[in-house]
Amino acid sequence: MIELFGGHNRWVILLALLAALTLAVYPLPLEWRWWRPEFVLLVVLYWVFTLPEHTSLTLVWLLGLAQDIVEGAPLGQHALALVVVTYIALQSYRRVGNYALWQQACWIFLLVGIAQLTGNWVHSLTGGNVSGLQFLYPALTSALLWPFCFRGFEALRHRYRIQ
Amino acid sequence: MFFSIAAVGLILVSLYTDWLDPVRSKLGVIAEPFYWVTNIPERIGEWGDDTFTSRQALQEENEALKSELLILQRKLQQMAALAAENVRLRRLLGSSDMLQDNVLVAELVGVSPNPLSHSVVINKGRSDGVYDGQPVLDAFGLMGQVVEVTPGSSRVLLITDSNHALPVQVNRNGVRAIAEGTGHINRLRLRHVSNTTDIREGDTLVSSGLGERFPVGYPVAEVEKVVRDPGQAFSTVIARPMARLDRSRHLLLVFGKEQQEQQGGKEPSEERDELNNQSEVVPEAGLIGEPTDD
Repeated sequence: MIELFGGHNRWVILLALLAALTLAVYPLPLEWRWWRPEFVLLVVLYWVFTLPEHTSLTLVWLLGLAQDIVEGAPLGQHALALVVVTYIALQSYRRVGNYALWQQACWIFLLVGIAQLTGNWVHSLTGGNVSGLQFLYPALTSALLWPFCFRGFEALRHRYRIQ
Repeated sequence: MFFSIAAVGLILVSLYTDWLDPVRSKLGVIAEPFYWVTNIPERIGEWGDDTFTSRQALQEENEALKSELLILQRKLQQMAALAAENVRLRRLLGSSDMLQDNVLVAELVGVSPNPLSHSVVINKGRSDGVYDGQPVLDAFGLMGQVVEVTPGSSRVLLITDSNHALPVQVNRNGVRAIAEGTGHINRLRLRHVSNTTDIREGDTLVSSGLGERFPVGYPVAEVEKVVRDPGQAFSTVIARPMARLDRSRHLLLVFGKEQQEQQGGKEPSEERDELNNQSEVVPEAGLIGEPTDD
């Protein structure tokens, strides 16, 4: 995530994050819940790729904590996932910026998959066992959503000249 | 690097200790607006149902409810006699009386987004007297217990969560067992049931109250499958929860004896449902005397 203070019209990012958090807890039927994209992560990734030099890991970490509290997950689960993925995104933004949209989507699949892995690891710490590759479904839906997400945020960024 | 270590540390602390629980219940306040927002469509739907119902539909519903009430009242008449008899017999045996529980009606406002953890958020919190570990029922059976309380809402862990287990007994013969959640919304598993235990498909499991967390005698599950494999030390017993864990919108919070006494001085909140008030259910309660504690 980006430093929310300073710059131009950064409050739009904050609004996007709040919307993503709301979508993250929107009630879904049980069998659909596996397919929910990681909205918060998608928003964070877009802004890290767009304004990498303004990224603040502290804010990302705090955002992860907020997500843990809102979702009722063990404290630190999403904080870990977000920080790790943001770090990888920061190392790779130069290359990813030149990719076509579908190539970016593949990269998003990997990043969200890594985030899901940490969630899976925390779940296994509590004694739960996870079978199959179900935990990768959100990565798949997130990757499919990425092109729309990207286009939408591009439009938003140009409209409000967010810098 | 520093942040990921800090996050791992936090995860371990919050998983294996309860040091962070006070922090959580303080910070839990920030979650409330999100659940308020996600609940808006549901409230609009309810409002629509309330406002745009035809007169005919209302009358039909009224008729149906009246006949249902009649049936339930007939059952209640029998119950009153049975309860009084039960109290007398318990007196004869010299054992303590059962106390009826007070309940509070709550509404479900959110569900856990994580498919691996079964928990729901309800719209009653500490300001309504809800406490950590409080049992939660729906109209059909036991649902779970409160694990996190904020002033205006609380989180309920369902009995099917893979971290949850509760002591039960078979209603038919009183055999005791532990029912643990499996992570599937319609399946519980009984732990350590030996191959010679008398337990059959179709048996009703009720809470035994041994863990001193859930009250005695609420239906928990119905045994669905019993597999006795002589090669295994224990038989596999699968049960289906009675409560409609993924459908119920209105839940009942049960107040145990201690909490009732604590709240004795306080005025009970308006929505506190006194349906189970003993003096209404048992006409002879006055003759027998006040129920005593153990």
